[in-house]
Amino acid sequence: MAASNKITRKLAMTAVAWLVALVIAFPALWLILTSFKSETEAISRVPHLFFTPTLTNYAAVQQQASYLHFAANSVIVSVGSTLFALLFAIPSAYTMAFAPTKSTRSTLLWMLSTKMMPPVGALVPVYLIFRDLSLLDTRTGLLLVDALANLPILIWMLYTFFKEVPREVLEAGRMDGAGPLRELWNLLLPLSLPGIVSTSLLAIILAWNEAFWSLTLTAAKAAPLTAFIASFSSPEGLFYAKLSAASTMAIAPILILGWLSQKQLVRGLTFGAVK
Amino acid sequence: MATVELKQIRKSYGDHEIIRGIDLTLNDQELTVFVGPSGCGKSTLLRLIAGLEDIDSGDLLIDSLRVNDIAPARRGLALVFQSYALYPHMNVAENMSFSMKLAGISKPERDAKVLEAARILHLEDLLDRKPKDLSGGQRQRVAIGRAIVRNPKVFLFDEPLSNLDAALRVRMRLELTTLHRKLAATMIYVTHDQVEAMTMADRIVVLNAGRVEQVGTPMELYRTPRNLFVAGFIGSPKMNFLPATLLADPHAHTVGIRPEHIGVADEGLPATVQLVEHLGSESYIHAQLVTGEPITLRLNGESTLTPDQTIHLTFDPQHVHRFDHEGNAIEPVHKPQLKNSQL
Repeated sequence: MAASNKITRKLAMTAVAWLVALVIAFPALWLILTSFKSETEAISRVPHLFFTPTLTNYAAVQQQASYLHFAANSVIVSVGSTLFALLFAIPSAYTMAFAPTKSTRSTLLWMLSTKMMPPVGALVPVYLIFRDLSLLDTRTGLLLVDALANLPILIWMLYTFFKEVPREVLEAGRMDGAGPLRELWNLLLPLSLPGIVSTSLLAIILAWNEAFWSLTLTAAKAAPLTAFIASFSSPEGLFYAKLSAASTMAIAPILILGWLSQKQLVRGLTFGAVK
Repeated sequence: MATVELKQIRKSYGDHEIIRGIDLTLNDQELTVFVGPSGCGKSTLLRLIAGLEDIDSGDLLIDSLRVNDIAPARRGLALVFQSYALYPHMNVAENMSFSMKLAGISKPERDAKVLEAARILHLEDLLDRKPKDLSGGQRQRVAIGRAIVRNPKVFLFDEPLSNLDAALRVRMRLELTTLHRKLAATMIYVTHDQVEAMTMADRIVVLNAGRVEQVGTPMELYRTPRNLFVAGFIGSPKMNFLPATLLADPHAHTVGIRPEHIGVADEGLPATVQLVEHLGSESYIHAQLVTGEPITLRLNGESTLTPDQTIHLTFDPQHVHRFDHEGNAIEPVHKPQLKNSQL
C-alpha cells in the first residue's frame, strides 16, 4: 500500500515537473516550430501543430541579412566582454574574499543593487560619453558596456567561489614564497577553475542575450544577433515565420552552449546554496 | 638552525587584545611546545612568528635579526598547518617542490631534495599521487616534507596531529620526535593537548589568555607548577584542588594533589566512591569527600573498589602543592610536614 502510494506520488511529481518545464520552454519551442512554417501557417488563427516543414524562411533570412556578420559580433562582444570583466572581477573578488574590510559586505550589496536599476536610467549619459569617445556602433563600445553591466554579478559569484577556497592553502603558498600574483595564478585560479568557468558561461549568456544596449548603441557595423532579430520586426511589417527563423538562428548557438554546459551552470548558480 | 626571541610582543583584533606582551627566548635545536586551552593565543603567536599576522608592537628576532617587517617566506621558517593545507591540484612531488620552484632552484636539484625528504618520510611510492588519494597520516607527512625541503631555520607546527585518529596520533607523535632528533632542528609546536606537550617537548610554554603562565621542561612544570592554572593544565587526569583548611595549612588558600599521589588506606580522609574507570593498567576512581569536594585517584592495575563504597585517602606530603589566595604557588620551603593523621 505504502509502495503504491509512493509510486503514485512520484508519478504526480514527474507529471507536474514536465508540465512546468513545458510551460517554461513553450515560447522557445513554439518559436522553433514557427520558423519551419510558411508565413500563412504562422499567422493562422488556428495554431497548426502538424505542417510540412520548410526551410524557406531560413534561406530568406540569410539572403536579407548577413547572419555570420551579426553572429561574429555576438561572439566577439560576449566572449570579449566576459574576458575583460574577469580581468577586474578576479582581483576584486580575491581582495574581498581574503582581505575583507568592514565595508566589504555593503560594497557587494551596493554593486548588486546597481543591477536593479533599469538600464534606461543611464542611457543618456552613456550615449553622450560614447558619442564623444566615438564608441557608438563599435564592438569595443558594446563590449565595454556589457562588461561593466555584468561586472557586479561576476564579482559576486567569484567572491562566493573564492570564499570556499581554504585560506590556509593560500597561506601555505605565502610561506612557500608566493607573492599575490603567484598566489592568484598558481593557487587560487586552478582551485576555483570550475567556479570561474561557470561564472564565465553565465556572463557570456547574459552578454549574448543583452538587447537594450545593443539596440541603442549599435547600428550596422557592431550590431550583434539581438539587433539582427530586431531588424526583422520592421519596416515591412511583421513576418512571423521569418522573424522566428531569425530568432532561432540567434538563440541556437547559446542554447547549444547552455545545453553542453548545463552541469557546470547549475553547479555555479546553486553554489553555496546546499552543502 | 636558529634561536627565536620575542620581546614584548602584542597583538589585538579590534579592542580585543589576544597577545599581551610576551617575552620568550626559544633555544637553538630545541623543540618548544606552546600549550594552552582554546583561545589562549597560542596559534596567533605562531602565526605572528610565521609572519602570517602583523605584530602590533614588540620585536621578533630570528638569529638576532629583527624580522617584524620581513615577508613570511623570507624569514626562513616553514609552517605545517593543522589542516595540512596541501595544494589539492598538485601531486605530492609538486606540493613539496613548489617553494623551490618559486625560489628558482633547478629541476634536478628540486627532484633530489624531494626524493631525500620522501625517503625520510617514507613517501617514495606516493610522489605521483594527489592529496585526495592519500590517508590523513600520509597527508601529514607530505605537509612535513614540504617543510623539510625548504631546509628552514625553524619548523613551526600548528596542531598538526589534531585531525588524526588516536592511534595514528600516537604514531605520528613518535615520528615527529624522531624527526626532530634526526634533523636537530629548532621547532615550535602548538597544541592544546598536554599529553603531546609532555611527551614531545624539550621545553613547554604554557599560555593562558594571551600571557605566558610558565616556561620549563615537562617535568619542571609537572613537579613545580607556578600557579593553579599550570597545575590544573599539566597532568592527566588533572590535579585535585582542595581548600587548604582540609589540611589545616594556615599559609595556603588551596592545596593541589595529583590523582597519582593519593593512596587508599585503612585510615585517612573519608570519601565515597562514585565511579570507577578501568583502563587496564590503571584505574581512575572518582570519589567525593565527606565535605562535598570531588576528588580523583589514579591507582595502578585493576581496582576492586565499587561505587558507593567508603574509602580512606592518604596523601604523600611531599607531593602536596600549595597555592595562595591569588592562585600562585607557595614556595616549597613553607610546605609543612604534613602527616596523614592530620588529614
